[in-house]
Amino acid sequence: MPEALVEVQDLVKYFPVYQRGVLLKKKVGDVHAIDNVSFKVGRGETLGLVGESGCGKTTTGKVMLDLETGDSGKVLFEGKEVHESLKKAPRSEKLALRRSMQMVFQNPYGSLDPRMTVFDIISEPFVIHKHIPHVEWKDRVYSLLKLVGLEEYHAERYPHEFSGGQRQRISIARALATEPKFIVADEPVSSLDVSIRAQILNLLEDLQKKTGISFLYISHDLSSVRQVSQFVAVMYLGKIFEYAPVNQVFDKPLNPYTMALLSAVPIPDPVRQTKRIILPGDVPSPVNPPSGCRFHPRCPYAAEVCKTDEPPLRELGSGHLVACHFAEKFA
Amino acid sequence: MGELLRVDDLRTYFYTEAGVVKAVDGVSFVANEGEPLGLVGESGSGKTVTVLAAMGIVSRPGKIVSGKIFFKGEELDHKSEKEMRKIRGKKIGYVSQDPNSSLDPLFTVGNQLVEVIRTHFEDTKDQAWDKGVKLLKLVGIPEADTRMRSYPHELSGGMKQRVAIARALAGEPELLVADEPTTNLDVTIQAQVLDLLKTLGKQLNMSLILITHDMGLIAEMTKRVVVLYAGKVAEEASTLEVFQTPKHPYTAALLASVPRLDRKEVLVPIGGGIPNLITPPSGCRFHPRCAYAKQICIDQIPPLEESGQRRLVACHRWKEIDLRRKA
Repeated sequence: MPEALVEVQDLVKYFPVYQRGVLLKKKVGDVHAIDNVSFKVGRGETLGLVGESGCGKTTTGKVMLDLETGDSGKVLFEGKEVHESLKKAPRSEKLALRRSMQMVFQNPYGSLDPRMTVFDIISEPFVIHKHIPHVEWKDRVYSLLKLVGLEEYHAERYPHEFSGGQRQRISIARALATEPKFIVADEPVSSLDVSIRAQILNLLEDLQKKTGISFLYISHDLSSVRQVSQFVAVMYLGKIFEYAPVNQVFDKPLNPYTMALLSAVPIPDPVRQTKRIILPGDVPSPVNPPSGCRFHPRCPYAAEVCKTDEPPLRELGSGHLVACHFAEKFA
Repeated sequence: MGELLRVDDLRTYFYTEAGVVKAVDGVSFVANEGEPLGLVGESGSGKTVTVLAAMGIVSRPGKIVSGKIFFKGEELDHKSEKEMRKIRGKKIGYVSQDPNSSLDPLFTVGNQLVEVIRTHFEDTKDQAWDKGVKLLKLVGIPEADTRMRSYPHELSGGMKQRVAIARALAGEPELLVADEPTTNLDVTIQAQVLDLLKTLGKQLNMSLILITHDMGLIAEMTKRVVVLYAGKVAEEASTLEVFQTPKHPYTAALLASVPRLDRKEVLVPIGGGIPNLITPPSGCRFHPRCAYAKQICIDQIPPLEESGQRRLVACHRWKEIDLRRKA
């Protein structure tokens, strides 16, 4: 793996759960959104973060950008602690850090201000960061529009005049306006139609080739993760279960959860149907995650040790990290 | 193999303030017994409206403008609402996409099942209740007795979809229409529900119409496919043929634009967007996005032609172009 651009170390984030009493709120527990998670995103690379709803993928992305504050642990961007820098560093340094990390949200119908024109939306970062002289704004907006596959005349329009795919292009252009080095893309294609998804996935790949930008690609759709990522991290109930180069995860998964997840995806080919591993039950509540390995109540291979001991994330083979007591069995 | 549902040249329009939306514009197909049928298309292709119209539950401003619908050879469109209620649920069960809105939040699961059972059978309340418990067991809900007294909000998404399936099965239908039954569910739960639909089909000898935009589901669950685009049938063939030798450029483009889990390949997106159905494109509705479009595609609507045994395609150029994928 090349040098890390962003590094997450032992990140923990709990959300308190309150019960409303007559007068006071009483804390009754915590949602374990992220529980001791570490990983790296390499320069010019895409890390795909996959998992089912409620496993903590979006929270991880938000904490990385300091949109949420972690309870403990660190996020390092180019070696600097993000949360500390944003709290203490002088304003110019803060802005520079904010500029280099951006986010593309899941729902392009909610993330664009309906009362702003596309020009205003894309040039708003220039107002804040002042990194582009005013005379160049127009050219810059036009070149950004072109980069994401839109036309110059689109700049004068409002978001409601665009389709979902075009809106997602606009929000990508806005994220690119600050010339970031790292973008968190949170389910950028899941609200789009199938024929449009490929357009956006190809766009992300092209942008990476052209600008060397790094992505954290958050998704529950494994096929699209394979398409855009070089590395993949699989999350379950706030924990990383497997973390490896993309082909290793997809061709030779070592964690039973990853295996079940992969086998659950229908393959668009009537001749190549695989045997499906069907997990019993639902994802347990993150308020009271199961003891030991969090996957043990649903795992077909669970043994006594899985109920009591939490498996550490350990390396098995070159760069393949896995959290399972029996990973050797599957190698 | 008997014929179950036949839809003949169905047209369903929505009369909105902005204009007439031609959501379904001349759709025909046949669903046979024991031959799971897939209706595939993107949002706005008319897949849901087609089956809603077939069951006679299109609500205003929508209206069935023309077309005939037969169930086992019996024409449905002249039936009164009272007669239709007996067919809906009893002959054709329907599972919608979102169990959160299809289950009534104010009634318990038991209430909702008993209501359907007593509409279709002359059961006492107790008998219906027992049947409800059996249905919940059938769809794999643990502690069925206690779950009968639960309200929908107390159940997880996967459980709610199971309840919705149980309710659709309550009338012991011969045909189950599942409209994107797994879109709102997580992948591992989706696997459970798909498995359930498969085993139920066999166990109860019930046929399936699956509506989806996911080519993966089509490949796995169906034997026959109708590809819809902008309210019209683009292609109809067996599932195997659709995947191996698509004849309509839209089908081929759809297949080439879906990322695959088993290998990484170059994605070829379909340019442009889904057309506006108030003023659909002239001629072939796919022509503005089609790589093979010629003048004739702009001028004339392509007829749905036979292109092989039990194969239909609506494209002017299907004979000339080779769409086979390089595997």
